[in-house]
Amino acid sequence: MTEATVINEVTTDTGLSREVLLNLGPQHPSTHGVLRLLLQMDGEIIERVEPHIGLLHRGTEKLFESFTYTQIFPLTDRLDYLCPPSNNLGYALAVEGLLGIEAPERAQYIRVIMAELSRISGHLLITGALPMDVGAMTSLLYTMRDREMVMDLMEMITGVRMHTSFCRVGGVREDLPEGAEARILEFCDIFAARISDYETLLDNNRIFLARVENIGNITGEDAIALGLSGPNLRASGVDWDIRRDEPYEIYGQVEFDVIVRQDGDCYDRWKCRVDEMRESLRIIRQCIGQMPKGDVLVDDPKIAFPVDKDLLSHSMETHIHHFLLSANGFKVPAGEFYSAIEAPKGELGYYLISDGSEKPFRLKVRSPSFVNLQSLTERTTNIKYLADVIAMLGSLDPVMGEVDK
Amino acid sequence: MVAGDMPLAAVLQPYDQRVSLDQGAADMPCLLVPPDDLVALCTQLRDDPSLRFDFLSDICAVDIFPKTPRFMLVYHLFSVTHKWRLRLKCCLDDPAIAPTVIPVWTTANWHEREAYDMYGIHFDGHPDLRRIYMWDGFDGYPMRRDFPLRGYKDDYNPLGVEPVAEGSE
Repeated sequence: MTEATVINEVTTDTGLSREVLLNLGPQHPSTHGVLRLLLQMDGEIIERVEPHIGLLHRGTEKLFESFTYTQIFPLTDRLDYLCPPSNNLGYALAVEGLLGIEAPERAQYIRVIMAELSRISGHLLITGALPMDVGAMTSLLYTMRDREMVMDLMEMITGVRMHTSFCRVGGVREDLPEGAEARILEFCDIFAARISDYETLLDNNRIFLARVENIGNITGEDAIALGLSGPNLRASGVDWDIRRDEPYEIYGQVEFDVIVRQDGDCYDRWKCRVDEMRESLRIIRQCIGQMPKGDVLVDDPKIAFPVDKDLLSHSMETHIHHFLLSANGFKVPAGEFYSAIEAPKGELGYYLISDGSEKPFRLKVRSPSFVNLQSLTERTTNIKYLADVIAMLGSLDPVMGEVDK
Repeated sequence: MVAGDMPLAAVLQPYDQRVSLDQGAADMPCLLVPPDDLVALCTQLRDDPSLRFDFLSDICAVDIFPKTPRFMLVYHLFSVTHKWRLRLKCCLDDPAIAPTVIPVWTTANWHEREAYDMYGIHFDGHPDLRRIYMWDGFDGYPMRRDFPLRGYKDDYNPLGVEPVAEGSE
């Protein structure tokens, strides 16, 4: 329960002033999960914010060390549970980097389409949830309705809505089902108009703007020092997008704009994401147009299951490989690799150290939400009132699954 | 990113062989730094106009038990200006004590708390070195390689491993 503890009482000319400690969360709708904020306040004015995290800690990194490389995919799904395809992709790139292989081109396109769809799904949550946190309930209902379309696409492609685990080392699990491309394009058409609806609903809404404009401004310099990345950093005027600057997969072959805004307040962070969804649609459309036919998994029986499943009933060798791969996994040469991708929340890094066995020696996740959330504690932002903390937290868009690992 | 493009030699010169460049890694160049030189080198890497490593991506602690030195801190730096990446490695003996890099990058605060929580690495000069994921009364450092995956048996963890008494092996 939310309960205030009085830590200091001062009687002044104007009356009694109380300094209180207030617990916000861990169960509170605006904390987007199980986050506890300890607020030190003088009346309504915030003096100190101290996030207490770890309530959702599952020891993911410890588990990584006892799982084979293929078994790890479902664990990465559960980091940023709004956008599992991005998490899968970052991890797959780290392992592929050490193996020195690359997924076939069609698989790369499918991965990018999935990652961009999941970016839309992740951004849709904050597009609706930040206004809801500051009192505009309606928007969340609309964004959740549209997010359902992405969920349906995920279900059509992978068979599940949330924890897709669709990537494999060396490609993706299977090709897009028949009709998926048409469905994705149809979604793009419908959704483009919907983004304008959100803007009509919120962009000129004076109450919403009053709650988010010029609240929690972070300068570009501070944002870099705080380690902010992704839309949170670009809202502060720093022009850096890993998709453009260190292109992975086929991002070098598609055109898109990097959305940069200058003020670095809660509104800019929100608006950045709304505009990024349009760019995601552009990327998806180009991918569907350019995508070649072909395999979706590398043709290496030691790393991936055979593309032609019929071989399993004819070829003894395929059968043996299939068994060994299922039972033991595959070995990754000793070494280290850091892969960084532009996940919806920011720079998602996987640092993999391999000792040459079937299981990683150490796999560290650089989760963007963990770093982004930290900026709540610093006094570099102009949060003044309790209500501003809610807006600030909502605009940073942390996902607790990723913060707590 | 190839290390050849990065003007690292000038930065390394004052350290007189104490800092060495390892170009073996496929993804980015790597510097091996002793703990005593860490803060000075980091400050220089951040402020040198030809490098500008102003973004600390990540601090990763590694336990290489039973080898020695047991612990290693891996810093991943990024230069927003030049779009370069660089890795720093710092080996630590047990008990592990490293200097804090918070004065260089504010973001190091929580990363260092995580390394402390999971591996028991102490950071000299850290203003707020507390556990971050585990609760305050938790005993042990879960990510260390000699910490069992299931944890130790207690009232809340009936399936855990029986704790080994001190001295017996």
